[in-house]
Amino acid sequence: MSLVIREAFLSFRRAPSLSILSIITIGFALFVVGLFGLVALNFKEALEEVGERVEVVVYLTRGTPETVALAAYDDILTFPEVESVDFVSADEALVEAREQLTEFQGLYSDLATNPLPSSLGIKLKPGFRNEESVRAVADRVSGFRFAEDIQFGDDWIATLDRVRNIAAIIGLVVGAAFALASIMIIGTTIRMTIIQRAREIGIMRLVGATDSFIRMPFLLEGVVKGALGGVAAVGLNYAVFELVNRTLLQASFFGTEHILLIVAFGILLGFFASVFSVRRHLRAV
Amino acid sequence: MIKFTRVFKAYPKGDLALKDVSFHLRKGEFAFLTGHSGAGKSTVLSLIHAERKPTEGEVRVSGFNTTSMPRREIPKLRRRLGIVFQDFRLLEDRTAEENVAFALEATGARSNTIGPKVVRVLTQVGLAGKAKAFPKELSGGERQRVAIARALVNDPFVLLADEPTGNLDQRATRGIFKLLEDVNASGTAVLMATHNLDLVKNSPYRSIELEHGEIVFDSVVDADQEAAR
Repeated sequence: MSLVIREAFLSFRRAPSLSILSIITIGFALFVVGLFGLVALNFKEALEEVGERVEVVVYLTRGTPETVALAAYDDILTFPEVESVDFVSADEALVEAREQLTEFQGLYSDLATNPLPSSLGIKLKPGFRNEESVRAVADRVSGFRFAEDIQFGDDWIATLDRVRNIAAIIGLVVGAAFALASIMIIGTTIRMTIIQRAREIGIMRLVGATDSFIRMPFLLEGVVKGALGGVAAVGLNYAVFELVNRTLLQASFFGTEHILLIVAFGILLGFFASVFSVRRHLRAV
Repeated sequence: MIKFTRVFKAYPKGDLALKDVSFHLRKGEFAFLTGHSGAGKSTVLSLIHAERKPTEGEVRVSGFNTTSMPRREIPKLRRRLGIVFQDFRLLEDRTAEENVAFALEATGARSNTIGPKVVRVLTQVGLAGKAKAFPKELSGGERQRVAIARALVNDPFVLLADEPTGNLDQRATRGIFKLLEDVNASGTAVLMATHNLDLVKNSPYRSIELEHGEIVFDSVVDADQEAAR
């Protein structure tokens, strides 16, 4: 076992530039993936904030009794998409209008009858803040007799949906491309190490070392490089995050589980790249 | 011990490297394998340490049938053999003792057993005083001694030597040959491929001569045949 560890680290000592190069490439590949993750993370948070404002507002026909409105309120709450319903009576609407629209205060106070309808504001659960669900809820609510008008921002909900989908697709494509690139780079560096160590491998075989024993230093080397690359990527991402945070806008950074995920991803990349490369190239020496 | 029975070995193109080779190397025997370059000496040795498989026929090495053995069994066989080459095959960035220890480490020996074994074989080959020297600080003969020490450290039943003196001057050749005789005297069989005919002529050992992949002379068989007459 000690020989395995020694052999794995020997390649760092013997070919420091090659080792640093492969750590940098893994680090850089994961950095770009991480950078995208960071963008996606902040995008997602921003979208969630916007998504909270997705609302279907039902204006009730004048004269709808409050009991009917409250029955509808209970009914709508049972919809699977619905998070909360906010009943605003005509009187409350007037008070609100007076408060918010101070320029028209005089106008509103002079009214003999309240011109504003009562309404139900429907907020959807996080998973349903998309165009489809909004339309489904609006359609169902429009079946109520007392629903005079229904408002929902269908245009911008559609746009929001598209942006989110495009972001997810780009993330997957870019992430996959870079993962593939780093697998190829790690594979190539392992191949170089194997060629460089062909003599040692030949001697190991000659004296009766098993194939798995010969493979182990390379796998360990791949795992260590992957882990170091992952750590480097987190560091680079943090540097970018700090820079953006100080100069551009308030952003969020990864949580501990995301950081561990990046390092684990690096380890996984390093491991599979070396398994793949060792299997292919060890036979040739 | 080592038994070849009607062994044929074809090159990928179809030419035969070995044609109908049969011989039996007994326990503790010393034998030369002679012949010109390309006669098949190295092929015979590579079939013994299972680097190659015979195209036809059977090669038995101490209970292993190298013709049919699965790949994962090969390390087990090699741990019982000692192999040295003309080019020494030492690791240049490691000292003599590290080169010898490498063979033990690579086969998973326990670390506390390695030190004493290395000292023992380096003493046996006469290099106890140069344990800390790197290969480039040693003469050709000394390097071959390190290689022999490495081959002996796992207590092999046979030492396969492929032109071990091919790169050495006469004096070093005599020294290495004497060492191989000592190794043999302590009970290890030695099969030495060489084209140094002086060495063969002046020794009492068995010699097997190959020509174009065929055995054209085997002193033991010929002696047997003469005795039979």
